[in-house]
Amino acid sequence: MNEALWALGRGTGIVALVMFTITLVLGIATHSGRSLGLGRFGIADVHRTAALTGVGLIAVHVGSLLFDPFAQLRLVDLVFPFLGAYRPFWLGLGTLAVDLLAVVTVVSLLRHRVGPRVFRAVHWLTYVLWPVALIHALGNGTDAGTVWMTGVAVTCFAAVTAAVFWRLLPSYGERGRTRNPRKIVR
Amino acid sequence: MTATPLTDTRRLLSAEPMGALPRLSPDSLLALAEDAGLTGRGGAGFPTAIKVRAVTQGRRAPVVVGNAMEGEPLSCKDAVLLTRVPHLVVDGLAIVAGALGAHEAVLAIGPEIDPTAATEAARTRGVEVARLEGGFVTGQESALVNQLDGRPAIPGDPLVRVTTRGVDGRPTLVLNAETLAQLGLIARHGVAWFREAGTPEDPGTSLFSISGAVEQAGVVEAPRGSRLGDVLASAGPVHPVAVLVGGFHGAWLPATALDTRLTSHDLKPYGAAVGAGVLHVLGHDLCPIRMAAGIAGYLADESAAQCGPCINGLPRMADALERLADRVPDPGLPAEIDRMRLLATGRGACAHPDGTARMVASTMRVFADHVSRHLAGHCEVEGGRR
Amino acid sequence: MTRLHVDWTRCDGHGACAELVPELLASDEWGFPLSRTGERDPEVPPALEEHAEHAVRSCPLMALRLV
Repeated sequence: MNEALWALGRGTGIVALVMFTITLVLGIATHSGRSLGLGRFGIADVHRTAALTGVGLIAVHVGSLLFDPFAQLRLVDLVFPFLGAYRPFWLGLGTLAVDLLAVVTVVSLLRHRVGPRVFRAVHWLTYVLWPVALIHALGNGTDAGTVWMTGVAVTCFAAVTAAVFWRLLPSYGERGRTRNPRKIVR
Repeated sequence: MTATPLTDTRRLLSAEPMGALPRLSPDSLLALAEDAGLTGRGGAGFPTAIKVRAVTQGRRAPVVVGNAMEGEPLSCKDAVLLTRVPHLVVDGLAIVAGALGAHEAVLAIGPEIDPTAATEAARTRGVEVARLEGGFVTGQESALVNQLDGRPAIPGDPLVRVTTRGVDGRPTLVLNAETLAQLGLIARHGVAWFREAGTPEDPGTSLFSISGAVEQAGVVEAPRGSRLGDVLASAGPVHPVAVLVGGFHGAWLPATALDTRLTSHDLKPYGAAVGAGVLHVLGHDLCPIRMAAGIAGYLADESAAQCGPCINGLPRMADALERLADRVPDPGLPAEIDRMRLLATGRGACAHPDGTARMVASTMRVFADHVSRHLAGHCEVEGGRR
Repeated sequence: MTRLHVDWTRCDGHGACAELVPELLASDEWGFPLSRTGERDPEVPPALEEHAEHAVRSCPLMALRLV
């Protein structure tokens, strides 16, 4: 049973990482303003679905590890980082990632209430969330050294790097002048 | 209906200070504005009664703002009002604020206007004075409200009108300084008096800022519906070629059309409107394309820079117009100007790009022969190719 | 009558709207929405309401509204 929980915990963690990688890559791609030629496909929907799937997976990830005595996870470790018993530093990164994920998710779901500025500001935290989650996975996961795990990590990293690179290409700027609202205040 | 010196000393530029202010109910203020047929003197020409009614619909006590920002460089009528007869504007503001049970009455003054006399007058009537940052778009209603609330002085989304939610979230009535002065005089002397001047559809008088190729630039008061030539007469136009009616967002009337009445109906064929009464005379010594390019460039720089079509379209339109003024041999220039004009129309939070497009369209139309000559490399004012 | 309103103070020309309801909106050369109906806020026929709602939800800057 414990092994099953441990496997579930690891599995959901890794798949969640992949989900968040997809989310991040799509988020960067849509922000480019360039048409990806997919018509009514709705990339925004895939971005959202991948993100929420990731959140669901993390809930199971944390839940299964809570019940696995081998993980020695306490409730306090879900919120306050670096207090854990098992590999406290790497676990702490995981806690940090969960904290960030909670904030980003809640604000995103309530974006129409909080307004575009707050929503956008909080959303930038995803650029912290993702690397922290990746490093947590590499440091805390017992599969870290394996070939396939390394392969997954490298692929995720490459995908995000490529997306950021594409986003920073000059043709983005040629799209037009950047909106830069005047700041004249009394 | 002429613009010969008005002998009625109760009109704007000669009015004496009032003693005690009349106390009106919201309904009587509304009736006054409606029966007088007063329209805004700040540029939009919106029926004042409609604005007043809109601001009485809310639950919270409204805020009344006197707009003396005068962001249009060619306009100086509000400056004249606030320095010569500030009590008229302040009294009008106080009367309106009193009638509506306003939470606050603020006179917003732009940086180009000396606020000394107005501040003194405001103190006696319990009206607040706000000295604000300037710029072409800062006089726009929602931009003004934003600045009063401590936010950047740029327009907001017009979906939510300031009469519904404005300063401090309250229904806000923004009226031009001259409109308030007129309203004060109407409260004092009555609707019949107001309607003695002007036309039945557009009654009363208004102030006109005259500049350009004239002997004596300045502000004159004339009845609404006067002929353009009559209003300009006292300023002494010098070999006029055309008149820019309505300021930088206006349209051109050629010198052959000087007997046109300044009414919305008669100005429509030219794509013009009275606006805030700015009349700028173009003489023989200035190329109209050059002038329009300069105005377009200025307006592009004055964009709030928050809406894509404006921040992208206006500079490109101005550049193309500048190249046309320079007699660059590019036959595609008129089409490029037109393309930018269409991309900048009806797309943005305020009418800044639309007004700019209007002025440019009018230039290309009224001075079509100049455009042809420029494309062929000649300008009758500036000579051959640069 | 439902209309699709663009809040130009928020719009950054991402273009998701033009992809999702191309009958009503095109993209100009800078990425900003261009109404195809000639009206400032294009009227949304019942057949396109679902797509218009989808566009409103998908705008990353929440610059669209159905009014």
